[in-house]
Amino acid sequence: MSEHELRVSKIRDGTVIDHIPGGQALNVLAILAIDGSGGEEVSIGMNVPSDRLGRKDIVKVEGRELSQDEVDVLSLIAPDATINIVRDYDVVDKHRLERPEEVTGVLTCPNRNCISTDDEPIDSRFAVLPDGVRCEYCETIVRDSIPDLIDAA
Amino acid sequence: MRHDHLVTAKQLTRADVETVLDRAAEIDADPGAFRDRHAGALLGLLFFEPSTRTKMSFEAAIKRLGGDVVDMGSVESSSVKKGESLADTVRVIEGYADALVLRHPRQGAAKMTGEYVDVPLLNAGDGAGHHPTQTLLDLYTIRENAGLDDLTIGIMGDLKYGRTVHSLAHALTNFDAHQHFISPESLQLPRSVRYDLHEAGATVREHTDLEAVLPDLDVLYVTRIQRERFPDENEYHAIAGEYQVDADTLAAARDDLTVMHPLPRVDEIAADVDDTDHATYFEQAHNGVPVRMALLDLLLGDSE
Ligand SMILES: [Zn+2]
Repeated sequence: MSEHELRVSKIRDGTVIDHIPGGQALNVLAILAIDGSGGEEVSIGMNVPSDRLGRKDIVKVEGRELSQDEVDVLSLIAPDATINIVRDYDVVDKHRLERPEEVTGVLTCPNRNCISTDDEPIDSRFAVLPDGVRCEYCETIVRDSIPDLIDAA
Repeated sequence: MRHDHLVTAKQLTRADVETVLDRAAEIDADPGAFRDRHAGALLGLLFFEPSTRTKMSFEAAIKRLGGDVVDMGSVESSSVKKGESLADTVRVIEGYADALVLRHPRQGAAKMTGEYVDVPLLNAGDGAGHHPTQTLLDLYTIRENAGLDDLTIGIMGDLKYGRTVHSLAHALTNFDAHQHFISPESLQLPRSVRYDLHEAGATVREHTDLEAVLPDLDVLYVTRIQRERFPDENEYHAIAGEYQVDADTLAAARDDLTVMHPLPRVDEIAADVDDTDHATYFEQAHNGVPVRMALLDLLLGDSE
């Protein structure tokens, strides 16, 4: 572990999400619906020097293990991230990131005329394409600005 | 057909299209044979934005089959105005009818409605999304006039917002059509339609003017360029003029060119085209009734 990473405190039980593209840590928290109100202990390193990515972000969440669903969605904005499950200070499991076929209820459609942005009892639903996502309702394709669609509410 | 709902033209296979068009041709040939075939059937009309022609053609279709309509009426006078969700509205109204027709200003409205109702649902236009029954009557008209195989078609006008264009372009990927798209740069096909056409392996060419491709075309499908799409009135006039067709323009076309338009038109096609053999848009509009009769007949199923 490098000197820089030590600045982010070690956790006892929980999840370390490493190798997040620089600047995306807050979007990662949005995907996990972590805003601090749930009392989780969260440490964030942003723009930490990295051999692989130049600059990377790192998120450590105490007392919480990610579900495969959450991990799948993370792959949309952090395809190279590594997910380490920590128990009693030891990494006991590493999740592989796999792009899901579809993400539900996580992104908001940028098309303001899309029915999914109305006050209807449906979740947003996006198909995951090789190079972007596509709204299952209005079919709008988004390639570059997926983090802007994350429903941080 | 395998589907209970007709939401997009994308769900139609070549066999589906042929089934509907063949049935429409049977109806055209002998309308009397289909009279009262669906006596007592009720079609629910849910028009959340006005469309007199589409609505009337569905009414005519179900009535010619012996059925009738229940009509939500205008949105202004209904409970929808008071903030009821579309999902709630359609779940109530599905109990009143054997099939539903939905026209809605929001893209994806028909897709969502299809998730809530069990009776067959026909999408009669959802925002800039889809208009599959228009596509079927377009295909019927093309088949009657030019044939659907080895077809060279020019689709011109507002390709960005024109839902009839999106549906038609996709449906044509079932046939070996050469599609030429002619529009100002600001109104070219949206990314999602390009994606679908690419996925379907369609032959697609894009142009900014008609001249070069006109002599090759079997069909020229013209759509309206709407003033509202342009922030500046002058820009609209400069562009719209270049995408108007008149009898002079068509002098360079083949004699058997079929000119189509999903009416209403404003001035995209000059009145002097009406008297030429090219003009097929009124016939196209009339085809709405037999094609919608065919669809309803297939969706409502055998009453025996
Ligand atoms: Zn959408």
